[in-house]
Amino acid sequence: MPADTTTHAIDVRQLHKYFGELEVLKGIDFNVDPGEVVCVIGPSGSGKSTLLRCVNRLEEPTSGTILIEGEDITDPDADVDALRTRIGMVFQQFNLFPHLTVLRNLTIAQRKVLKRSEEEADSIARAVLDRVGLSDKIDEYPIRLSGGQQQRVAIARALAMKPDMMLFDEPTSALDPELVGEVLDVMRGLADDGMTMMVVTHEMGFAADVADRLVFMADGVVVEDGPAREVITNPTTDRARQFLRMVGET
Amino acid sequence: MADSTTRPKMSPRRRSELTRWVLYGILVVGALAAILFADWGRIQRNFFNIDSMREMLPDVVAIAARNTVIYTVASFSLGIVGALVLALMKMSSVKPYKWIATVYIELFRGLPALITIILVAFGLPIAFGWRIPGGTLGTGSLGLAIVAAAYMAETIRAGVEAVPRGQMEAARSLGMSQARAMASIVLPQAFRIIVPPLTNEFVLLIKDTSLLFVIGTTPLTKELTKFARDFMTTERNATPLTVAAILYLIITLPLTRLVAQLEKRTARAR
Repeated sequence: MPADTTTHAIDVRQLHKYFGELEVLKGIDFNVDPGEVVCVIGPSGSGKSTLLRCVNRLEEPTSGTILIEGEDITDPDADVDALRTRIGMVFQQFNLFPHLTVLRNLTIAQRKVLKRSEEEADSIARAVLDRVGLSDKIDEYPIRLSGGQQQRVAIARALAMKPDMMLFDEPTSALDPELVGEVLDVMRGLADDGMTMMVVTHEMGFAADVADRLVFMADGVVVEDGPAREVITNPTTDRARQFLRMVGET
Repeated sequence: MADSTTRPKMSPRRRSELTRWVLYGILVVGALAAILFADWGRIQRNFFNIDSMREMLPDVVAIAARNTVIYTVASFSLGIVGALVLALMKMSSVKPYKWIATVYIELFRGLPALITIILVAFGLPIAFGWRIPGGTLGTGSLGLAIVAAAYMAETIRAGVEAVPRGQMEAARSLGMSQARAMASIVLPQAFRIIVPPLTNEFVLLIKDTSLLFVIGTTPLTKELTKFARDFMTTERNATPLTVAAILYLIITLPLTRLVAQLEKRTARAR
């Protein structure tokens, strides 16, 4: 249920991205409203991960504009570091800091970037860790956790910054099948609590159940964009029909 | 295998047994020859001369070995700071920094360490009238540090590049600046990776302190090799070399064992 505001949480306009000669994004217009959950699907090489990584400028757009809650993150004068504290990100490969305990993974950016006090950072860390159901792992090192647990800690690490929105870059693609569910459950909980989410995923079940909107990308362009169930059950383009039939079979 | 029908062949097991006996045989014959024909008295007088050893103590430990350790620690500390700066310059997006670091590293890795040491000790004072502060210790350590920094810079850079790119990305996505992410996330992991190779550099540095004889050390600033060499001229036998060698090994062997342990540990952690 998108909030009734004029400002999008994420507003991408005419985004182009080249890798050398290769045009990966060919003029993308895309937005996410506050409180909305948008899943981005599409075949590999369609540019969906690149789009997501442009949103917090981990990838440098070649041209185009990206507004985060109305502020232009592509402006050369933009304080990208400050904007990023409002955008949580979860990676396919978790990217937890292996030399730090779970607690320190959750507090280091709170302390060094947001300058929160140790007590405040610790109590926030405990709260978000409880939310992903891993309070008992607080003093472990990441290597001692399963893939699913690592990804839940990674979600908690992003949440500890109290972001306004979350980006998920294929969060379950590196997981063994039996560990996918626990991560999706945490994400579903976030969506229920009204978190603004942009999720690049192959999990069609999750997209159908949780997403407000579904965006289908192919060859660097947005092919379909609409209510999730509608896009899944009634795609209007051949490309989308073909793709959905293939993922439907697995 | 038409051959095997005409000529009976030795079984592989029989053959390897025979080979082993031959190898042991050569060993025994060699050892017997050494025991019978070597001039043990002469060897003992020249290499293990108790009187010469007595003569060297305690100065060989209290002064020479101590100085070797001081030179090593000083040049390593200085060198690693320089190496960190060079490594960061080499990875910088500012091109001139990159060039300067590359030229430095290639230059001082390409030259014999002795040339650099002579340059610092004599070349600079003659050219500019500079005296390196800290006397022999300062001059010697600086010369070694300049060379060590070039080698260790490449080690540090390799360590940083061995940290997965996702670590930097995760840190940046949490709002950390490039410098903060480097200092808090990437470098601590890189140093863990490079502790074994850095310990190796340390061992190399211990041995390279023997090059400092060229800068003309005073009795109180001699390191092990110079000390032993000067003693050889007065004692007229090679025992000082033996003593120095043993002292070097007492310092280096535990360190090389430590490196092996550390490497085993990192291999297990992966």
